[in-house]
Amino acid sequence: MKRTRLYSAHKTAGAKFVEFFGWEMPIEYTGIIQEHMAVRQKAGLFDVSHMGEILISGNQALDFVQYLTPNNAARLDANKAQYSALTTPQGTFVDDLLVYYLDENVYLLVVNAANTDKDFQWILSHKQGFDVQVQNKSEDYTQMALQGPEAYKILQPLTEVDLEEMLGFAVERGSVVGIEAIVSRTGYTGEDGFEIYSRAQNPEKIWNTILEEGKTYGLQPIGLGARDTLRLEARLMLYGNDIDESTTVLEAGMQWLVKFKKGDFLGREALLKQKEEGIRRKIVGFELLGRGIARPHYPVFVENEKVAEVRSGSFSPFFQKSIGLTYLPVEYTEIGTEFGIDIRGKRIKAKVVPTPFYKKEEKQ
Amino acid sequence: MYPDDFYYSKDHEWLRVDGDKATVGITDFAQKQLGDVVYVELPQPGAQLEFHQSIGVIESVKAVSDIYSPISGEVIEINEELNDSPEVINEDPHDKGWIVRIKVKDETELENLMSASEYEKFLEGLED
Repeated sequence: MKRTRLYSAHKTAGAKFVEFFGWEMPIEYTGIIQEHMAVRQKAGLFDVSHMGEILISGNQALDFVQYLTPNNAARLDANKAQYSALTTPQGTFVDDLLVYYLDENVYLLVVNAANTDKDFQWILSHKQGFDVQVQNKSEDYTQMALQGPEAYKILQPLTEVDLEEMLGFAVERGSVVGIEAIVSRTGYTGEDGFEIYSRAQNPEKIWNTILEEGKTYGLQPIGLGARDTLRLEARLMLYGNDIDESTTVLEAGMQWLVKFKKGDFLGREALLKQKEEGIRRKIVGFELLGRGIARPHYPVFVENEKVAEVRSGSFSPFFQKSIGLTYLPVEYTEIGTEFGIDIRGKRIKAKVVPTPFYKKEEKQ
Repeated sequence: MYPDDFYYSKDHEWLRVDGDKATVGITDFAQKQLGDVVYVELPQPGAQLEFHQSIGVIESVKAVSDIYSPISGEVIEINEELNDSPEVINEDPHDKGWIVRIKVKDETELENLMSASEYEKFLEGLED
């Protein structure tokens, strides 16, 4: 199994590990609920170095990124990152990702660990005719996420980057704990926070110093367990659960990232057609009304007909109830609509609720 | 860590005998493996259980697991407190986090279970 450069720091901290698509990653340190609430109320530090980084460079790097992804990468500059996707010609997801502009004609795609190899092959297979180089740089980068209402206060004294000026998805370059890094105001928790990328051979110093200096603010390391419950409450998609090669970008409720006017891209025709004809199913958030926890793959019923499966489903530590995401026929997607989920052979009632389930309080 | 007067199963349940009754719960090892327990589905009092039959379900944040009966008999009492405070299983697995009381049908079945020292050895074997 692959380990990140921070593995021994996690081991020392008493992490419990889990295999995650070939990586040995910390799943929890003190307990998922405690870690989850620490991020909601104070701050947490995540090792997300398993994420993949694919570098696209060359004269036609922008054109190529525009062709691969539905969002408009022409709007990116050295100070801005973008959420986007790799789409199939059918408008479904090869992956979802972040696009960073590193330099003129140089773009970094940050992709899911589970998909890094698939994405790399996908991108290579479409590069013909474009004057670009494609490199898998995943081994080079350590990626940490510092998330929570105290994240800003913790990080600012440790970096030369002016964090105050950074709005959501802003990107800056500068040292963190004296080590060269890229800092973006991004995350996967529904809280304010930053993601830090470093190519240092020994990034442990960054990790340990942030943890040490953040202690007085209640900072603690957070495992993949709480990362999953945090992102679900914020209705951030998990590839393989909520989106995949069978779900289109429009069915997943992400029409905002499809920029039809920017020109041709993979999936454009299919998505345009689907937009005109209307989607037949749509992703919805639900909460379970009866007892139990609705988990991935549990069958979903409307009027005694199986229509779907639970995609993401978990206990929500913040709301203390069972929440999840599924795809329902559009005529059943109105807020308040009740439907059934089979839990170990028993039909339990669930209700469509507004998402995101959790929204952080806006700053005064 | 593991009380000497308990019996233990390979499924990580413990059993404490008191006359013809046995109290059953999950071990500290099991609760640590599960993580935060958020829901427990308990059997009905009066239910007849066979050895190794599923008697209920424990849901933690990340997983769902069956609880197996380490002995045959009739459920005579369930720990109602777990309906409102399932976290007791994490906090005090060997005492307040008990799950059911069973009227033991056949005492010889206890021979299938492990002593505390045997269970600790069994756990060491799992960690390798």
